[in-house]
Amino acid sequence: MSASAIEISELTKDYRLGFWHNRVRRSLDHLTLKIEDGEIFGFLGPNGAGKTTTLKLLMGLIFPTSGTARICGRPIDDVKVHAEIGYLPEQPYFYDYLTARELLDYYARFANYNSAERRERVNRFLELVGLASAANVQLRKFSKGMLQRVGIAQAILHDPKVVFLDEPMSGLDPIGRREVRDIIHNLKIQGRTVFFSTHILSDAEMLCDRVGVLVEGKLQGVGAPSEMVSMQVNAMEILFELREGLALPATLAAAKSIGGRNHVEVPEEKLYATLDELRKCGARILSVSPVRPTLEDYFLKLAGKKPSAPVPMEAVSR
Amino acid sequence: MSATTGPVAINTFREAVRDRVLYNLIFFALLMMGAAILVGEISIGIERLVIIDLGLTAISIFGLVMSVFLGVGLVSKEIEKRTLYTLLAKPIERWQFLLGKYAGLLITLAVNTAAMTLGLAAALFYVGRPFVRSDASILIAIYFILLEFALITALALFFSCFTSPMLSTLFTIGVFVAGVFAADIRNFGALAKNPALKGIATLVYYLVPNFQNFNAIAAAGHGDHIPASLVGQNTMYAVLYVAVLVLASSAIFSRRNLK
Amino acid sequence: MTSVSAKRISWVAAAGIPLLFAAIAMLQGRIDARIPTPAAGQENLILSSAALIKKFSLGYEPLLADIYWTRSVQYYGDRVGVRGSKFDSLWPLLDITTELDPKMIVAYRFGAIFLAEPGLGGADRPDLAIVLVKRGIAQNPDNWELNADLGFLYYWWMRDYPASSQAYLVGSRNPKAPPWLGMMAARIAQKGGSIQTSRMIWSQIYDTTRDPTVRKRALEMLKGLKAQQDEEQLNQLAETYRQRMGRNPASTEELRSAGLIGGTPVDPDGFPYVFNANGESKLNPKSTVSIPREPKTPPQPFK
Repeated sequence: MSASAIEISELTKDYRLGFWHNRVRRSLDHLTLKIEDGEIFGFLGPNGAGKTTTLKLLMGLIFPTSGTARICGRPIDDVKVHAEIGYLPEQPYFYDYLTARELLDYYARFANYNSAERRERVNRFLELVGLASAANVQLRKFSKGMLQRVGIAQAILHDPKVVFLDEPMSGLDPIGRREVRDIIHNLKIQGRTVFFSTHILSDAEMLCDRVGVLVEGKLQGVGAPSEMVSMQVNAMEILFELREGLALPATLAAAKSIGGRNHVEVPEEKLYATLDELRKCGARILSVSPVRPTLEDYFLKLAGKKPSAPVPMEAVSR
Repeated sequence: MSATTGPVAINTFREAVRDRVLYNLIFFALLMMGAAILVGEISIGIERLVIIDLGLTAISIFGLVMSVFLGVGLVSKEIEKRTLYTLLAKPIERWQFLLGKYAGLLITLAVNTAAMTLGLAAALFYVGRPFVRSDASILIAIYFILLEFALITALALFFSCFTSPMLSTLFTIGVFVAGVFAADIRNFGALAKNPALKGIATLVYYLVPNFQNFNAIAAAGHGDHIPASLVGQNTMYAVLYVAVLVLASSAIFSRRNLK
Repeated sequence: MTSVSAKRISWVAAAGIPLLFAAIAMLQGRIDARIPTPAAGQENLILSSAALIKKFSLGYEPLLADIYWTRSVQYYGDRVGVRGSKFDSLWPLLDITTELDPKMIVAYRFGAIFLAEPGLGGADRPDLAIVLVKRGIAQNPDNWELNADLGFLYYWWMRDYPASSQAYLVGSRNPKAPPWLGMMAARIAQKGGSIQTSRMIWSQIYDTTRDPTVRKRALEMLKGLKAQQDEEQLNQLAETYRQRMGRNPASTEELRSAGLIGGTPVDPDGFPYVFNANGESKLNPKSTVSIPREPKTPPQPFK
């Protein structure tokens, strides 16, 4: 197929507010974007930037004020498009009276599988998202993370060409997040196109061929993750333990002690020298991690506002 | 049923079963048992009439409550819980979704009514009455009640496509009451001197669904014959009216932005 | 901008809905043709409480009718035979019951007996009983029992024998009616009132009613009528005895000694009849049978 996987052209969505619907808020402002076949595209932006609005427009859940979009060459208001795509909404919620197996079987009915194929597929995808043991449990007893896994399974159950995932990592523990990353990576290996939104930079950094950054409804830029300003490291943070009675050398006087552990921030070019010094005084290194400006800082910068003081990445990526 | 509407309908029925909607049958069973045992004590000479009247009235009220309250929730619940987002991302048109939800509730109501009919039959059997040919009118009355449910459910579905569940409930009940009083609206028009008022009353009379058409409880109680042509006309009436409502619902819902 | 399918459906709806409504209106016209159009008069508006209750029953009239019927029966049952009882609400109760369910024959027939009955037995309103039964006949033209009840009301309470005969005649034209209606029509037309005719009427009421209260009343009446007939016979025998012996008989035993009767005549409760000082036959004081009284009030004209 010659057409791009996703072609978005001047897509705009206004919401009318107020009792008389007389106030207008622009949620998405002339978004133009092209995503090629087989690409993994990360759609980045702070909460409320218009990522979910974009995805809902593409899914035909809401209708654009102006502009058009095509998926696999078809206009998005053609329901046949939906046979080619999978969609995981933000914080998905499913019929809680069904079991995971029943839910997937229900969704599989909208693709033309016979009952044997359906059964095989449902089992395979339950296995894939790690829910084989909870397959016959009603979804009302599922945790948020488990629901997220069911949601991913239903989005890719029918081998769609293009997969849309809205915040696929949210609600997952670190292991779950790695598993989702693996799933997305496998989709790429199978030649599928993945379009996912996130506000967590590291996810995008690890997976995406390209990312786009959306702030207040406007696309700020598109490019490879490495091109992004925020990928540059400000400093390195070292976490270490000292054996009892030993003193720190003067060069590490800046280190702070919290709960019996010490940590210090050093410029990247001084990392190895500092590690050598720590080795000399017999310290045990617990971790070394880069300190980056947070995504929020980055987005705020794009929006022309002042960034707040940097905080370690893990604090924002709940 | 189409390949997409069918699964939605079945799932809607399954939801009703799993959410214990059919528990109302227990109350119905208790009611019929109580009535069958007590009727001889309180009513003289009309045991069978009381059982039929009470049974049909209960079938009608239980079903109407279900039609209204489940009907207004058919769409709004899926939007509110956002279960609709994933479903509409599948190759299904919105009108197919609506039709499926509607059919699913009708199946639920039909199953529920069938079970209550058996309960009524058991109670009649208990008060010692052999079944006779004129009992067919009881079955026809129940069929009319089902047609009524189909109309009410379509009304609830229609209102819930553009307004909140609470308002939908009010509107549905409002139209139901107006439909019960349909003949009075027409009589009011007949008495009016003002030709404009006359015209409006006549228009309203034909616009509101006429629920008096479907009331055959009295005929059933007395074993009166209900002509087959009336059965045909009532069926046709319900089918046409439901078509209007489902069509209008589809047109409205297909344009709706899902928040 | 909306989707293609939304536009398509909107077009179908815009074109289809007016057509469908046209069909619905036509169909409603057909359905309405089954029931007579209500006369465009003020009386169609909510006037009496029965009509009001009907309006607010939202289609559940039959069950309400059952409730009102049960209340009627209880109301009567609580008051019958109790000193100082009045039955002022019996008419409204039966009125509402039959308004809610015009096919409830048992309510009309109950009213035919107990609305008319005087004293502690009913409301003493034969006129209202006739109104009720006439309404029942209008609503249930193929029910002959109500015609018989109307005939009874004219015969017994109104002493209006032509009207009574007419009512029986109308009932007898019903193919389902038993032959005695026709016989009754002829008999009343010919002879007017007699104990024999009264007994026939009450025994038919006894045979046809399904209501145990009515049946009990009919049985009492039959016993009373039998006793009345017995007394008339005994009085005739007493007259013969007087002519023969020159004095009044003191007891039925004396009639037997004189060879006028073969045994000891007893009333339907089994108590022997007695004679008073004037030689008139009387019921035994221990007997519970009561001779039906003549209606105290002369027949009133009514509309």
